[in-house]
Amino acid sequence: MSWFDKLIPSRVRTDGQGKGNVPEGLWVKCASCQDVLYRAELDRNQDVCPKCGYHSRIRARARLKRFLDPEGATEIAGDLESVDMLKFRDTKKYRDRLNAATKQTGEKDALIVMRGTLHGEPIVAMAFDFAFMGGSMGSVVGERFARGAEAALAENVPLVCFCASGGARMQESLFSLFQMAKTSSLLAQMADKGVPYISVLTDPTTGGVSASFAMLGDLNVAEPGAQIGFAGRRVIEQTVRETLPDGFQRAEFLLAHGAVDMIVDRREMRDRLANVLRMLSKRPAMDPPEAVVAEGQPEPA
Amino acid sequence: MMAMNPNFLEFEQPIAELDAKIRELKIATADVDINLNDEITRLQGKLVTLTEGIFGKLTPWQVSQLARHPLRPYALDYIPSVFTDFEELHGDRHFADDEAMICGLARLEGRPVAVIGQQKGRDTKEKLRRNFGMPKPEGYRKALRVMQMAERFGLPVITLIDTTGAYPGVQAEERNQSEAIARNLFVMSELKVPIVATVIGEGGSGGALAIGVADRVNMMQYSTYSVISPEGCASILWKSADKANEAATALGITSARLKELGLIDEIIVEPLGGAHRDFEGASESLRSSLVRNLSGLDELPTAELITQRRARLRSYGQFDG
Repeated sequence: MSWFDKLIPSRVRTDGQGKGNVPEGLWVKCASCQDVLYRAELDRNQDVCPKCGYHSRIRARARLKRFLDPEGATEIAGDLESVDMLKFRDTKKYRDRLNAATKQTGEKDALIVMRGTLHGEPIVAMAFDFAFMGGSMGSVVGERFARGAEAALAENVPLVCFCASGGARMQESLFSLFQMAKTSSLLAQMADKGVPYISVLTDPTTGGVSASFAMLGDLNVAEPGAQIGFAGRRVIEQTVRETLPDGFQRAEFLLAHGAVDMIVDRREMRDRLANVLRMLSKRPAMDPPEAVVAEGQPEPA
Repeated sequence: MMAMNPNFLEFEQPIAELDAKIRELKIATADVDINLNDEITRLQGKLVTLTEGIFGKLTPWQVSQLARHPLRPYALDYIPSVFTDFEELHGDRHFADDEAMICGLARLEGRPVAVIGQQKGRDTKEKLRRNFGMPKPEGYRKALRVMQMAERFGLPVITLIDTTGAYPGVQAEERNQSEAIARNLFVMSELKVPIVATVIGEGGSGGALAIGVADRVNMMQYSTYSVISPEGCASILWKSADKANEAATALGITSARLKELGLIDEIIVEPLGGAHRDFEGASESLRSSLVRNLSGLDELPTAELITQRRARLRSYGQFDG
């Protein structure tokens, strides 16, 4: 190694490893159009491919950071942790799976809930972390959702949930299933009090999450191309013994079948939801300058 | 070696053999002039001991087979013996009549109630007609409209849960199976009349819960209630459906385990050998459970009923922190 190489911090050293001397992580390939994209540009574009518009899956905290105003967001019920009350063991222990997921994601469970503001208006926003055990819903996910909904109810502020989940978490068995009833009950109480709830369906939203709060929004909004459905493709194919067409259970399929109100590009999500929420709560429209300021805000990484 | 009796499960075969022997002796006694009564009595005693022995240490996987026993009573078997004056109500008023979901009005000890239950089929033709007891969105929407009608007229709602799960099909997805289930959870959580749910056979996941949000959730002794079938769980987590036995144990799907975990209220004891061996006995247990549970709920003013139901739903889950 030359003296010059030693000056470069090791993590940016390329050392001729990897094809074509490309430092890892600087360039990424779009999973849809296969175009090679500059990582920083993709970040600025909220992980939407600038070439084909493909919406990549994103982590919960990145999602909330981009959605909420940059200042003043605080987490709700972040300290809750799953317990293995059934001593569930398949090929691995549930406890070990949880620990591995925490190590891999840095999260304690699959749903993150924040109190914050959207274009200056108070809001409770929550997002699933699909990287944490497939965004599966056990007691902690259900409880965090419930605490978020209770905060929205108590403070009379809107609730927005970005869903991304494979469904109920098998390792908590019936406790997981009953979270569907728990969360739906709180949404019924919110509806009764006229507190708005918007469900944003992102890729993928299936199973018990889809069959409870994901489909119970005053508005159900989908991201382009998101897979959304009750049963998984494989299960349906095994049941009906035919190959399903492309586009089945995609956001556009749901829009065509009347299941979602609208499909919204991630880059417009803040403004479009703020616009709708202001109308639902009979607040004045956003001032154009405010919208411009919002546009001009530096994009969080 | 006796041929396997299709009306008995594998672990029930010793019972089947002894049962057949007793029948033979009874026939012989009728034909010939010899007294075998002592022998018959002795064997009948042995049959009870044998059945008690087998049923006393059932594994969760065996219970799950009992819950799906080909002779197990279904909703339409219980309805005429538990209730009177049953009038079936058809259709979701939008799309179709789903025969996997039975809805209607009936009387329980003279008192009008709404009855909702999933229905599997007994023979092949009926199984197809009832889609093997797997409701489609129109089934859940039919149940919903009947529950809302019950609310308007102040009638309690009785649900009988018995489904492998909601139907995973293309058209079910097109008609938004997810929303149909979710809407039921949403409405049932605030319905202003008492709801008593009983799992009579299989309580299969969201498809079961969609008629299972209630003030009392009870299970017949050999029924099961689970987030996923043991086979489904095994094929995902063990990558092999052959591990259904292990999965059934891990999931804790039996009435005894779920009662222990505080997730259900009451176990409705079945006759020796299961509901399918003594249908009238099973029916009577279910009837008296429904009557007792409803009269307990009757004393509550509506506001208190809703408050208690909210608290019950809110309490589901276990976690640290």
